Amino acid sequence: METYGRAIRKAVTAAILSLAILLFWTSAQAAEKGTARSGGELVFAVGETPPSYDGHRETTFAMLHPIAPHYSTLLRFDPENYPKIVGDVAESWSVSKDGLAHSFKVRKGIKFHDGSELTSKDVKATYERIIFPPQGVASARKAYYGMVDRIETPDVSTVVFHLKYPSASLLANLASPWNFIYKAEILEKDQRWYEKNIMGSGPFTFAEYVPGSHWVGKKNPNYYMKGRPYLDSYKAVFIRDTAPRVAAVRSGQALIEFRGFNPAAREDIVKALGNKVVVQESPWICNLTVAINNEKKPFDDVRVRRALTLAIDRWEGSKALSQISLMKFPGGLFRPGAQFATPEAELSKLAGFGKNIEAARKEARKLLKEAGVPEGFSFTLKNRNVKEPYEVTGVFVIDQWRQIGLNVTHMPQEGGPYFNDFRQGNYETGIDFNCDFMDEPDYQLLKYLSSDKSPLNYGRYKDSALDDLYEKQSRATDSKERLKFLRQFEKRVLDEQAYQFHVLWWQRIIPHWTKVKGWKITPSHYLNQDLRDVWLEE
Amino acid sequence: MRQYILKRLLLMIPTLLGVATLVFLMLRVAPGDIVELKYAGTGAFAPKEVLDQERAQLGLDKPLWHQFLSWMWGIVRFDFGNSMWTGRPITYEIWIRLELSLELAIMATIVAILLSVPLGTIAALKQDTWVDYFVRVFSIAGLSIPSFWLGIIIILGFLIIFKWLPPLTFTSFWVDPKANLMQLIWPALAVGYRYSAVATRMTRSAVLEVLREDYIRTARAKGLWERVILIRHALKNALLPVITVIGLEFAFLIGGLVVTEQVFNLNGIGMLFVESITRRDYIMTQALVLLVSFAFIFVNLIVDLLYAWLDPRIRYQ
Repeated sequence: METYGRAIRKAVTAAILSLAILLFWTSAQAAEKGTARSGGELVFAVGETPPSYDGHRETTFAMLHPIAPHYSTLLRFDPENYPKIVGDVAESWSVSKDGLAHSFKVRKGIKFHDGSELTSKDVKATYERIIFPPQGVASARKAYYGMVDRIETPDVSTVVFHLKYPSASLLANLASPWNFIYKAEILEKDQRWYEKNIMGSGPFTFAEYVPGSHWVGKKNPNYYMKGRPYLDSYKAVFIRDTAPRVAAVRSGQALIEFRGFNPAAREDIVKALGNKVVVQESPWICNLTVAINNEKKPFDDVRVRRALTLAIDRWEGSKALSQISLMKFPGGLFRPGAQFATPEAELSKLAGFGKNIEAARKEARKLLKEAGVPEGFSFTLKNRNVKEPYEVTGVFVIDQWRQIGLNVTHMPQEGGPYFNDFRQGNYETGIDFNCDFMDEPDYQLLKYLSSDKSPLNYGRYKDSALDDLYEKQSRATDSKERLKFLRQFEKRVLDEQAYQFHVLWWQRIIPHWTKVKGWKITPSHYLNQDLRDVWLEE
Repeated sequence: MRQYILKRLLLMIPTLLGVATLVFLMLRVAPGDIVELKYAGTGAFAPKEVLDQERAQLGLDKPLWHQFLSWMWGIVRFDFGNSMWTGRPITYEIWIRLELSLELAIMATIVAILLSVPLGTIAALKQDTWVDYFVRVFSIAGLSIPSFWLGIIIILGFLIIFKWLPPLTFTSFWVDPKANLMQLIWPALAVGYRYSAVATRMTRSAVLEVLREDYIRTARAKGLWERVILIRHALKNALLPVITVIGLEFAFLIGGLVVTEQVFNLNGIGMLFVESITRRDYIMTQALVLLVSFAFIFVNLIVDLLYAWLDPRIRYQ
């Protein structure tokens, strides 16, 4: 009996202790996070100006950063748990057994800024504009929704996407930050109204825009999430040059810049402001690639292309370049650390990713010799005349190629001639780039499809095997099966054919004032820009 | 005189037409177009049909002669069209930036005049003394130091010493004069100093030359006060070349302060100019070239009229 009583006492003591530890931990967590307070204006810098206000049409962060806070999207990526997808306008959703019907329940009580109710009709009109744009409407991301057959609205709170075939990427596509939900009634009257006007249901209403100068949004008192947004207003100030942008953050006139600074700017800001700033860092879904014109000799020979990738020491390059530029992570076709990324052990077996650079360069020289490329062979590397990270990377790559006896001339160009030359095939090799809003093979692999299928492929090659693999992975709903196709695709592009290849993936660095709370960095500068959770400490 | 002004104003028309034609053709020769830059520049997956649709919306699918004639027809009706980048009217895009650029140009000109005329005159009067040497060094420094570099130094100085930066956004002088001056006085000083350097050297040599003229000797022989000789007889004549320099610089400042605007993050005509060129916004670039050409022609006319006022011997027929 006594033993039994002692056991109860022990259990109670343990329970009390556990409770105390739990309470202490949660209060410590709360203290660390702070209690969100309402009020204040967040001033942030944006490095470009928006072309139009239409999210369906535009492709630049300069549109998203100032304008995203005015809109809701059907789904969104949870910034606290990226890449988890959560509902925004959608309260819940379900998928049919055959994977061909995705049904979404629209949250009740969401109002547009003019007071009208947001219903499934608005979601349907929005997505029909994106997927089946009428004549005269430019939809920049139409190509990603090829799987959608039709959209139906059985009632005011339900919208159903009927697919032609099951798709692995549909949900992620519906969480796209570009897909602002527009008002059906406005679209019925004028499909292009949103290019120059704002009418959303997001946490902030439109207040003012002075082209080239700034954009102001005010708190939406009728936002569907009670208590949000915390801020009274925000002001996006357009600052095109890096130095004034850094100065703006240093001086406190702008509290944050959401795209990202390079390591030098980070050091500058941290050194000047000390503990008044915090730095959030993340791998970035952006990379620079070496584009090779597969139609030009000797680059039509796979041995030459393999030699070019074998010569690049990405592991050592990463250590040096990450100190001075955005370039940091060696990786294959998928962002290192992301769910689709090839593990390092497997990656290091691909051409150009091995850890023994001497052996790789020896093989590269052998391949060049076999292909009949003489020592000191000269060619050009075309590049954008943007110092960071383009020119820095160009210089690095040329140095790596020099070490296998190649003599390469760096040709930085202004945007117009650069893209024109790439599009026309008027180049031998060049530095190209890729940036996406999410880790999704349907996006990251597009660049490598046959050139008649992908406008992003400047390599000018056609490979039906790659096109088939792309289709297979896109339709594979079993994740293991999908990974198998992805690995085959990656090996073919980077190793077997070496059509074009990555140099390094970028690092995203956001130094911001500590008083900015409630914003978490994600691997994309396109995500988490609605500012609904952001608050100011003082 | 009225006839002369009318003739000069009418002559503006063929000049501007020539400029318009030239800039239209030159822009089309440059490789790349706005649609390609917009989509490829962000790495967007834009199939050919999307690009073609955008080009059609902007009228870039039409033959060159058609584009040129429709643009000219718009100009005749004072309709400069819409920006190809933002879709907003050109007149609106320019108007919101013109106040800042004009004010900055005027302030920089005032700074330049306030520095150059007294300094140049004193240097001439005190030729080969330490005062003259100081003014010469001061003006040569102004010529050697680019205004954007001076701007960077000013900004860094404020940041490091006072932890302060001029306001990031423009406030009209008529809304809040203090906020307006807090933003524009610093670029005006940076630009005005360089601008004054040219004018100071011009003033010095012009005053030196005029002081050696016979009529100055005569004035002195007549026993006129030195101040009257200097202001009424010497300076008025010496200012003729200085006004030319100041006039040309003023016209340049309307659209030429690209780097200074970048350094101080000013939303002016210079930045708009560079952005429209790099984005291949043909319609905007063409309108801006016309604006700057008009500014040059107009300022030249004003300078010529000032000549006549300063020197009664000059009469335009």
